[in-house]
Amino acid sequence: MEILGHLADGFLISFEPLNLALVIFGAMVGLFIGAMPGLGSVNGVAILLPMTFLVPPTSAIIFLGAIYYGAMYGGAISSIMLGIPGASTAVATTFDGRPLALKGQADKALVAAATASFVGGTISVILFTAFAPPLAEVALAFGPPEEFALMMLAFATFIGLGGDDIPKTFFSIFIGLVLSAVGLDVVSGEPRLIFMDLPGFLHGVNFLVLAIGIYGIGEMLWTVETSRGNVSMSKATVSAKRVMAALRELVGTWKTMLMGSFLGYFVGILPAAGATPGSLMAYGVAKSIAKDPSTYGKGNVDGVVAPEAANNAASTGSMLPMLTLGIPGSPTTAILLGGMVIWGLEPGPLLFVDHKEFVWGLIASLYSANLFSLLINIAFIPAFIAVLKLPFTILAPVIFALCVVGGYVPTLDMHDVWLMFIFGVVGYLMRKLDYPLAPAVLAIVLGPLAERSVRQSLIGSHGDITIFFQRPISGTIMVVAIILLVMPLYKIIRDRMKAGRDEGGAA
Amino acid sequence: MNKLSTSALSLSLAVGLALGATTVAGEAKAKAWEPKKPIEFVIMAGKGGGADRLARFIQGIIEKHKMSPKPLIPINKGGGSGAEALQYLKAKNGDPHVILATLNSYYTTPLRQPKLGIDISKYTPIARLAEDTFQLWVHVDSGINSVKDYVAAVKKAGKKGWKMGGTGKGAEDSLVTGMLMKKFGIDMTYVPYKGGGKVAKELIGKHINSTVNNPAEQVGFWDAGKSKPLASFTPPGMLKGKWGKIPTFQDLGHGSDMVYYMQRSIVAPGGIADDVRDFYVSLFQKVYTSSEWQGYLNKKGLIPGWLTGDKLQAYFIAEKAKHAKLLGK
Amino acid sequence: MRKAELIMALVMAVFSIYIMWKSTELPIGWIPEEGPGGGAFSFWLGAAMLVCCAAIIYRWARRLSPPSQSDEPFMDADAARLFFVITGSLGLMIGAIHVIGVYFALPIFMAFYMRYLGRHSWRLIAGFVVATPIVAFFFFEIALLKTLPKGFTEPWFYPLYDIFL
Repeated sequence: MEILGHLADGFLISFEPLNLALVIFGAMVGLFIGAMPGLGSVNGVAILLPMTFLVPPTSAIIFLGAIYYGAMYGGAISSIMLGIPGASTAVATTFDGRPLALKGQADKALVAAATASFVGGTISVILFTAFAPPLAEVALAFGPPEEFALMMLAFATFIGLGGDDIPKTFFSIFIGLVLSAVGLDVVSGEPRLIFMDLPGFLHGVNFLVLAIGIYGIGEMLWTVETSRGNVSMSKATVSAKRVMAALRELVGTWKTMLMGSFLGYFVGILPAAGATPGSLMAYGVAKSIAKDPSTYGKGNVDGVVAPEAANNAASTGSMLPMLTLGIPGSPTTAILLGGMVIWGLEPGPLLFVDHKEFVWGLIASLYSANLFSLLINIAFIPAFIAVLKLPFTILAPVIFALCVVGGYVPTLDMHDVWLMFIFGVVGYLMRKLDYPLAPAVLAIVLGPLAERSVRQSLIGSHGDITIFFQRPISGTIMVVAIILLVMPLYKIIRDRMKAGRDEGGAA
Repeated sequence: MNKLSTSALSLSLAVGLALGATTVAGEAKAKAWEPKKPIEFVIMAGKGGGADRLARFIQGIIEKHKMSPKPLIPINKGGGSGAEALQYLKAKNGDPHVILATLNSYYTTPLRQPKLGIDISKYTPIARLAEDTFQLWVHVDSGINSVKDYVAAVKKAGKKGWKMGGTGKGAEDSLVTGMLMKKFGIDMTYVPYKGGGKVAKELIGKHINSTVNNPAEQVGFWDAGKSKPLASFTPPGMLKGKWGKIPTFQDLGHGSDMVYYMQRSIVAPGGIADDVRDFYVSLFQKVYTSSEWQGYLNKKGLIPGWLTGDKLQAYFIAEKAKHAKLLGK
Repeated sequence: MRKAELIMALVMAVFSIYIMWKSTELPIGWIPEEGPGGGAFSFWLGAAMLVCCAAIIYRWARRLSPPSQSDEPFMDADAARLFFVITGSLGLMIGAIHVIGVYFALPIFMAFYMRYLGRHSWRLIAGFVVATPIVAFFFFEIALLKTLPKGFTEPWFYPLYDIFL
């Protein structure tokens, strides 16, 4: 009951006029920044951090928290509308969001994304409110072997995302992993895979460069070819009636929403992981437990709901280790952490004791930030739809321009723009030849985490690989991952044998 | 094409007019150099790490007090342990709108990657803002209360049984660990992590046995009674407050050579004009004397140490030589 | 299609070998007590890519994959023209950013695309050409403090910074 008292105090703080105004403003700013390809919550929070010196720390964190949330909602918008994930957290949203938009159901996808984000965000805030301190202990129990096991689980859940051509799917995963290895070897501190000794490779291949290249430039080339350069992007319409109908349809996805929310939240609180693996795992799980897995990737609403619920839940989750342990769970929370230091607050175990008003003001404002992000998002859907109605020969150059700027902005390095261009062209040619590209994009996100954790574990165990199975948490996760990996193979073999028998019978 | 060229013409005309107007205004003032556009504040480490947080804190102070007429824009170029940032600075020779926030990789990276062809004496030193310190940390549950206990415990556990966490090999943490092992004739397994904050968390999660974190990385856990410092890698009497109460290795009778700092300095590219350098020196002097900076130094166990000009350059060269020895190069 | 699939597989095989060769700059073996060396991860991934390429070529030879069964051209003349026009102009635009900066390269590219491929009216094009740099400037440089590359046009922007920053 003590918690409810704190929460009530928090709500009083969050409803002060200044704070309320900041929540609404922050959610709006976040929505727009998140909707831009290349810019995500991390940019929004980093850029507006200096503005927060004008207000007290509690208002400042409320503002930044609202931007964070708004951007998580916004990320889905470019995924659905343009097929370009605005941030790594929104990759999984493109899988089904984009096909829905192409079928002229962009409004449905947007409503689904916004609603799922709201549900995921709200559930995770409730979990946060109730179980913050004990869950912080869970995060501590995760060392390198557990992190590696978690990465294996993430890989296992999306192994089914590739196409039918198995060598090409694996090729795609491997090339993504290789690209993720470019830059610095953390363990030895040596640079590696600096292709042609270009200094731009020293900072590695940024995920966004690959994603914007493939999903931005590659996708545009693809659309140009299939449409012969001139058709309207999609026949999207929106009306209050359609929005209501979409909302009614969403009721049927409640199971997926709940699954995504819980999964996202728990993955989010682990310091290494964050929202990207959370959303990918949610998508993978939703697909593997679905009655109709074959409709995934072709415009299944559940495929939008699962990752969106999960990525919002995970972003709340990643605030937990930041506030309680001072460990950022994601790049965005790292910036928030920097902000707290500037305001003179010490993140860590004592924050909940010494700065109650700050913590609970933030938590309460997360509830309202969620609500306002949802309302603002839905209010802007007609505007987003209107953009889709522009002729393609106008939209395409604008998107190309956005890609170029979006590729440049994260690192302010032209090297990355060239790299993005090359990825776009090569990716397009590969896609024409049935190479699935989504696995490469996922691999580049998870690769560094997986490699680092496996090598740290092995150094710790002096090269003994049984370490992953000796520890209870990592052992359990590993076994689940292996089961998930073997299951589809088993299915394929069973189906083949069955097919073989049937053929034999027919002959 | 007509419309296009007219609009381009009128745009350039407008720009030209505005340009003329400010040149006149500029001549009227015409005293010290001032930045004409946002300043690139390059950080030679990735996002979220200790150096990054500190640089953004400095940017925050400048922004809060409007110390610079044009804003500083932090840019992370942490690739190749800062090699990327150093090469960038070299390419920007003479550019007055670029500065670099450095740490010890300013000397270790050119030493470890001689192929880069980086000569740090070519850059323009601006200011040293502080020296960050290192302590030897263990978990409170370890039951270790002193350096003596520590050495005994490591010896008993042996190389395989004792894990020291730190950042990458050849980075500061590993050098300090090397000093420790040499001094006490002990051996342990060094596990590299991505950043100091992560190392701190791994200690609290008991995935490693000890660390040589900076104060800022462990202070939260120390205050919460989860970790404790055994000794500081500083000369006696340099730290204040609760940090001053931690014994130094010299206090404990292990000699005066167990000292290691992480310098926090600002440098500019080579070939910049004197008035440009003076602008940055005075800007960072304002940062240094601000109450926020001084308060931060005290709270986070950093040693204040303002240095600029030739003295700073001499310091860099001496430190580089020292690190060449530590790295065995 | 058939030829293209083989060429792509061969190009990627060469790339895999390049990665394996490049990885050997760091130890690729198993370091006792430590596990794999710094280059091992990418070396074996490169090797795995090579195996995949071999499998792709095998499937190509057996005509198992859809592109290897297809007799259609990889790109017909029309598609090839569009592809080269778009990627060529895009590449030129990115190259031009180094010289004349984003604020001039982007509008020129957009005007070209809209006029040459879209046949839109000059009036509409002028609207985009003028609005894009202005919106970009205020959004990126003023609101977000992200300076975009300007090439030799950089000094032209100093007065704008003086006014808005």
